[in-house]
Amino acid sequence: MTTQKDFVKGNEALALGALKAGMNAYFAYPITPSSEVPETLAREFRSPEYPEFKVFLQAASELEAINMVIGAASTGAKVMTATSGPGFSLKQEGISYAAGMELPILVSNVNRAGPGLGNLGPEQSDYFQTTKGGGHGGYKNIVLAPNSVQEMAAFPGLGFSLAFKYRNPVIILTDAFLGQLKEDIVFPKIPQEKFETPWAATGARGAERHVLASMHLEFVDQNIHAEHLMSKYEEIDRSEQRSEMYMTDDAEIVLVAYGIVSRLARRAVNELRAKGVRAGLFRPVTLSPFPAVELGKLAEKGIGKFIVVELNMGQMIQDVKLAVGGRASVELVHKLGGLLPTSKDVVGRVEVAVR
Amino acid sequence: MTIAQEVAAPEFEVKLGRLTTLTGKPTHYCAGCEHGILTRLVANAIEELDMREKTVYVDSVGCSVFAHEYFNTDAVQAPHGRAPAVMSGIKRMRPDLLVLSVQGDGDAVSIGLLELVYSASRGEPITVFLVNNGIYGMTGGQMAPTTPGGMVTTTTPYGRDTKYTGTPMDASKLLAGLEGPSYVKRVFLPVSPIGSTEMYSARGPLEGAKSVLNALKVQMMGGFSFVEFISTCSINWKMSVLESKRYSNDVLAKAFPPGLFKDKFGVEKK
Repeated sequence: MTTQKDFVKGNEALALGALKAGMNAYFAYPITPSSEVPETLAREFRSPEYPEFKVFLQAASELEAINMVIGAASTGAKVMTATSGPGFSLKQEGISYAAGMELPILVSNVNRAGPGLGNLGPEQSDYFQTTKGGGHGGYKNIVLAPNSVQEMAAFPGLGFSLAFKYRNPVIILTDAFLGQLKEDIVFPKIPQEKFETPWAATGARGAERHVLASMHLEFVDQNIHAEHLMSKYEEIDRSEQRSEMYMTDDAEIVLVAYGIVSRLARRAVNELRAKGVRAGLFRPVTLSPFPAVELGKLAEKGIGKFIVVELNMGQMIQDVKLAVGGRASVELVHKLGGLLPTSKDVVGRVEVAVR
Repeated sequence: MTIAQEVAAPEFEVKLGRLTTLTGKPTHYCAGCEHGILTRLVANAIEELDMREKTVYVDSVGCSVFAHEYFNTDAVQAPHGRAPAVMSGIKRMRPDLLVLSVQGDGDAVSIGLLELVYSASRGEPITVFLVNNGIYGMTGGQMAPTTPGGMVTTTTPYGRDTKYTGTPMDASKLLAGLEGPSYVKRVFLPVSPIGSTEMYSARGPLEGAKSVLNALKVQMMGGFSFVEFISTCSINWKMSVLESKRYSNDVLAKAFPPGLFKDKFGVEKK
């Protein structure tokens, strides 16, 4: 196993991580600050190092790209696309269809500031859009939130694994900061999992044929399909909640943060501990399913205050409040427009809260 | 000219009876609608090419949204207008498959024009069959991009004013202007009235059968193929079936004259 360190950008790590996980196809529409993903893949396309990487194709729009993803995924292929907020909005139509058709697709959203065109700085304002469905109809994505370039490299493999296990869209929700950040990493040894795809549309052999459809004209049939999806989401909720905790054992106040912000919050915890404040950090790794069980346990234990740090107007805070269930106070520290709070901002806010 | 002279003998076998490529489920298409004819012609061609087990039919949105109920092949349902993009994804992964869709004019020429134009421009080896009846059928008779000037629809209740809404979009000409496609053809599909008599010629369906087969052959030869079928929609045109055939012949086929726009591989001559 190699321990050679690579100094790579988050977006490059995401692309290479997907290749090392045996990705078969990538369909692109470039958008800043995610464009290094297709650029990296275009360079590696047809490289003998990645024989499984059969298709790299630049589409004419995000709509076209996500629908090419649907087509390729229908054949049972491991397929991914990456984008940023405005492009993710366009891809929502396709993601809703993929959810309805139960296709294993992987989409990365390098979240930039919004709404609208916004700017190219980091935000976490696409939290609702990715974790609460986002497209039309009722469905749930599995949403992974890396917080380092190392995880940007590892999560495509995890994403494919979950996507095929549940036949469900998986979103890697990252941000402009993490996409553009360069760090030393060691590429994880990712097993090139082979997934059974008996459902794929690859030509009817014998009598059996496969129809991948989201439409069931009879209300009763649509109801059966929706109930099936719901029970799948419940299973995902029971089995796939992931989180990390730091210094929460004896904490009196807990910061809750994901992605790049969780690293800033961790630093704030260290600074608070040095000042004698018993602070801890709860970091959701999956945003959907939200790790409500572990967070709920912290509230149950008697921690009285939670401070949610987010780059938005307060979106994840709603999930935190649900998990806490009124057993503690939940407050928001945030920054918008492409800016990040400093650890000093967070420390100051916590000091006021515990005073 | 006699009827016998006008209807040329087919150069291929039109199979009678039940086709393996059809499930046998009765179609939902309205009486007199050419979607039903086209379903049969497509199934016939797939069978002729012995490709049933290697075909993926991509459902469009519109009147052919349920076509997977009729084609006894694998099928994937595309979002509204996006069938050519879905087909591109399938074909890029599995070049050995025969990938096709039947799209309506609202689906292909309005909401899905970008997907159609770019799949054509890339020369994707896929096949799009366009049913052009100049109106939104399944949505209930609204103006389509192909609605002829003056035609009454539910959203042009006083007749389409082309000065205000623009002129009808000619998909065949548009695609023929691109370098990518290998086969672009427009066919008049309905049975057509012969002069002022009450007799109708089957030349349209026969020409349609040949064009469907050629289009699929072109795909198998590695080219993008597109056939536009001038059709009818008697329900939304608010006409009898026979009136609709005459209107299609007199008005729609005048706005969109049939013709062979592109045949890179020369399949029409073979």
